[in-house]
Amino acid sequence: MNVGRFSGVLIPLLAVVLGILVGSIVMLVSGYNPIEGYSALLYGAFGDPYYIGETIRQVTPYILAGLAVAFAFRTGLFNIGVEGQLLVGWLAAVWVGVSFELPKVIHLPLAILAAAAAGALWAFIPGILKARFKVHEVIVTIMMNYIALHVTNAIIRSVLSDKGFKSEKVHESASLRSDFLQSITDYSTLHYGIIISLIGAVVMWFLLEKTTKGYELRAVGFNQHASHYAGMNVNQNIVLAMVISGAFAGVAGAMEGLGTFENISVKGGFTGVGFDGIAVALLGGNTAIGVVLAAILFGSLKIGALEMPSSAGVPVELVDIIIALIIFFVASSYLIRLILTRLKKEGK
Amino acid sequence: MDYVIEMLNIRKEFGSFVANDNITLQVKKGEIHALLGENGAGKSTLMNVLFGLYQPEGGEIRVKGESVKITDPNVANDLGIGMVHQHFMLVDTFSVTENIILGSEPKKGGKIDIKKAEADVRALSEQYGLAVDPTAKISDISVGMQQRVEILKTLYRGAEILIFDEPTAVLTPQEIQELIQIMKALVNEGKSIILITHKLKEIMEVCDRVTVIRRGKGIGTLNVSDTNPTELAELMVGREVKFTTDKEEAKPTEPVLEIQNLVVKDARHINTVDGLNLTVRAGEIVGIAGVDGNGQSELIEAITGLRKAESGSIKLNGKELINLSPRKITETGVGHIPQDRHKHGLVLDFPIGENMVLQTYYQEPFSKNGILNFNQIYDKARKLIEEYDVRTPDEYTKARALSGGNQQKAIIGREVDRNPDLLIAAQPTRGLDVGAIEFIHKRLIEQRDQGKAVLLLSFELDEVMNVSDRIAVIYEGKIVAIVDSKETTEQELGLLMAGSKKKEAGVTS
Amino acid sequence: MDFLTVLQIIIPSAIFFAAPLIFTALGGVFSERSGVVNIGLEGLMVIGAFVGIVFNLTFADSLGELTPWLAVFVAMICGAIFSLLHAVASISFRADQVVSGVAINFLAIGLTLFLVKKIYGKGQTDQIQVGFDKIDIPLLSDIPLIGPLFFANGYIPSYIAIALAFIVWYVIYKTPFGLRLRSVGEHPMAADTMGINVLKMRYIGVMLSGALAGIGGGVYATIISRDFTHATISGQGFMALAAMIFGKWHPLGAMGAALFFGFAQSLSIVGQSIPLLKDVPTVYLLIAPYVLTILALTGFIGRADAPKALGIPYIKGKR
Repeated sequence: MNVGRFSGVLIPLLAVVLGILVGSIVMLVSGYNPIEGYSALLYGAFGDPYYIGETIRQVTPYILAGLAVAFAFRTGLFNIGVEGQLLVGWLAAVWVGVSFELPKVIHLPLAILAAAAAGALWAFIPGILKARFKVHEVIVTIMMNYIALHVTNAIIRSVLSDKGFKSEKVHESASLRSDFLQSITDYSTLHYGIIISLIGAVVMWFLLEKTTKGYELRAVGFNQHASHYAGMNVNQNIVLAMVISGAFAGVAGAMEGLGTFENISVKGGFTGVGFDGIAVALLGGNTAIGVVLAAILFGSLKIGALEMPSSAGVPVELVDIIIALIIFFVASSYLIRLILTRLKKEGK
Repeated sequence: MDYVIEMLNIRKEFGSFVANDNITLQVKKGEIHALLGENGAGKSTLMNVLFGLYQPEGGEIRVKGESVKITDPNVANDLGIGMVHQHFMLVDTFSVTENIILGSEPKKGGKIDIKKAEADVRALSEQYGLAVDPTAKISDISVGMQQRVEILKTLYRGAEILIFDEPTAVLTPQEIQELIQIMKALVNEGKSIILITHKLKEIMEVCDRVTVIRRGKGIGTLNVSDTNPTELAELMVGREVKFTTDKEEAKPTEPVLEIQNLVVKDARHINTVDGLNLTVRAGEIVGIAGVDGNGQSELIEAITGLRKAESGSIKLNGKELINLSPRKITETGVGHIPQDRHKHGLVLDFPIGENMVLQTYYQEPFSKNGILNFNQIYDKARKLIEEYDVRTPDEYTKARALSGGNQQKAIIGREVDRNPDLLIAAQPTRGLDVGAIEFIHKRLIEQRDQGKAVLLLSFELDEVMNVSDRIAVIYEGKIVAIVDSKETTEQELGLLMAGSKKKEAGVTS
Repeated sequence: MDFLTVLQIIIPSAIFFAAPLIFTALGGVFSERSGVVNIGLEGLMVIGAFVGIVFNLTFADSLGELTPWLAVFVAMICGAIFSLLHAVASISFRADQVVSGVAINFLAIGLTLFLVKKIYGKGQTDQIQVGFDKIDIPLLSDIPLIGPLFFANGYIPSYIAIALAFIVWYVIYKTPFGLRLRSVGEHPMAADTMGINVLKMRYIGVMLSGALAGIGGGVYATIISRDFTHATISGQGFMALAAMIFGKWHPLGAMGAALFFGFAQSLSIVGQSIPLLKDVPTVYLLIAPYVLTILALTGFIGRADAPKALGIPYIKGKR
């Protein structure tokens, strides 16, 4: 079926179009002007250097969160715990950033590695529970999210500050910010993290497609029985997949801690980056390049949305609705494929 | 002519695939009518149309002379049509009674009147001589009883016409005889039976007429008394069929596989393999005959490292293999064509090329220092694809897209190419067409002639008798007899498989 | 403070914390027993909470005492309707059921907050004025010792939740509907051959889960949070899912597990009043429910007893 060859790109594309369409219906029904709304969105994302800087900055953790979810998906696991892994990664990065005084060439990588390790550790638990006890990772990772939230808040209050609400600023030697970047984007919060996330995408691609480990991870993700028979250690690979996934998520947290905010503060709820990462991975077809493209889309949507209340009166949550709809449409790809085949038959 | 069922010019399509191409089937009242065809010919599809699970694209169905539209199984039931499925449609966690009454539950107030239901089941079971335990859970009863439950399901709904879909696949020769008696009894009570099968001997024994289907088309209907197995086989396949494989005498040499006192436990801590002894020599094919459930699957799993063995010894060329990892066992020289090719043999969503290195990807030249060398991998894949006649658009096509026969050929190519000393073939021809079956049998004999040891596991007695040099009968986890394939008969094997001992003393290794 | 007083604080609050979980977990049982995974219970609770609060705030003046009851009733309807999305996606469009459930959660949060901002102009609603009353159950509350602990001073919906668990048990195990529902989740093809409409049963299962989760959310918001914000429902839906798994997909087991989780949740809130727990750092009490959930799942071998066809879309004609 020829549809198959294009469906890899066509389906996400269609899902986005459908999502935006339904979004306009929601706006119309609620008494807003969709054209005004979407124009505000576009302007808010790309309208001037400041916005572009902010968009790129927003895209950065999305790429990494998307890579985390996509990597897990490719190996047959559903990592909904990116939110929590991101938080502990953020905490670890800031902790290292605040506690030491080292030359930048050591301090910065160290902080990022600490974040990766923290995220990896946080993901190790659901990984081992799944591998050894067959406990479904969905619930465990969701629980770990809440545990991470409360624990990081407690640590911020007790260790990183004196019963305060946020930590100190990380040392310059651990920061991803740069005056140069700030100057060319009209003082946005753009930082060098984007480079790290793009490197992350390359790493994921290389690991999965080119190495023997990647071969094993993919095989286990598709068929545990055949993998076991082929001599692969299924449990080890499951745990490894979660750990690598968690590492990506942790680095996403480092991006926020060392770049966007340069500190960590007590949170009343989740950042949402982890959940958006799920949408990014799904839309990107769980491939490295797809994740990058989807992250750019979602980053633009999120930043652009901030402009909507003031320019068009539309609440920012509209974008969350659109994102949810896109996920629905991607998940129901069978329907889209059906429509495409139907169209193809009639076109003949 | 009193036809109780007429299916006239039935056409059934699945997308572009035509499963039934203008097939006509007419069944007389009170007869046992066989529907004969190879795997995939379209027999089950036709019966699913009759039973209301599928809707035909064309054609007409008449029941007792009246034209009907059977839109779902409820309608079929109302018309008196019942189906005894090949793969039992039973809910494991429900009781016998609950399975039988599902969908037609007797009610009292708002709840199910389970007492009445059980009484009804008992009465029905006595009337037709189908012994079942109404309160037992399906997961706890034997395969034979499960089949009787399937039959009772149809009788509970007052079926007049019963469709049996390949009912003998899971039975011993003795249980098959019992089933034949049951069918004759049902006919005596006025029922009509359609028997879907590809087993020629059963047709000759119990059926009145037979309709042959080949590749979706109806070939013809004959009286069984006017025909014979050879003619039926040729009609079924479309050309001359050889019932035996050409092969030279085996020239076995040293033992390659030596199993002693092997004990394997299952999930319920019962010994499924119970002190088993077996030897396979280089240059011979040993076939394992036995009814499913006597430990043969667990035996194979223990040899290949997929299952833990409790105790005993498995030696390959003198090296102890027991409880080593699958990878170590493979590296020592064992090749395995697994029983479930989709579960153990292939990663269906990988390209067929990547499947060819499933056990060797980590070795040179396919990878070095952890990085895969795709040139080498696909070179090897191309070579194997050509050598083993695997029909595929290219080596990048996903394994899922290949037909069963081609998937199996690919697996065989992969295993044989690794040059194992012992080749294990478990159900190697299940679900394949005659052409693929012939190819695979040839390859197994080829391996044997090249001095390999081959262990064949199959539930098709014909295959075991045809291909093997020696036959080891497994019963309740032990090898109870070893016979020469040329000197034994199906009757003898059937008796041994059901547990009766050979007249000569005990077990030979 | 003696032991009895401690119990008097913990047990009633455990029960009313558990009630929303019981409702939702029972909903989960219906859905998953029919073979459809429903991760979206969290989002359905959000819908229920939202509708429960907004209805209450809007109509409290005109409906008076009846308001919370009608509010929860409307929440139930809305939950059932919203769950149709999941049903259509998972059953008719054969979407990955976990993904569809996650999408429901996103959509519910986004939609409800969108509406809150639109209706009230701010990020959260006001507090409701009319809630549920507490009652003492006649006769049972007079039993010495246990009476006052379990059967007195409780909210009506809590008692309804427990009674409902028994009703659901009866429906699932004693009625034809229940037998057919279970057959569809264990072996849909067998059910199909017996003339049962698999897709229809699954739709009913999912919509019942939506209805019950809607009630759960509505009850939670009305009794416990008394307003609606982005943080009103934070994990309760998932906890209900865990309770269902912990209870091995059995209504009474789910109820027992939900009571256990309710107990854990209440500890984190009322912990301050209890001398024993006053000195425990808050964070331990806060994470207790979640840690206990994980331990429970691990200790009770996760999904060993799940309905066999759970999560697999039923496609007619697939052999």
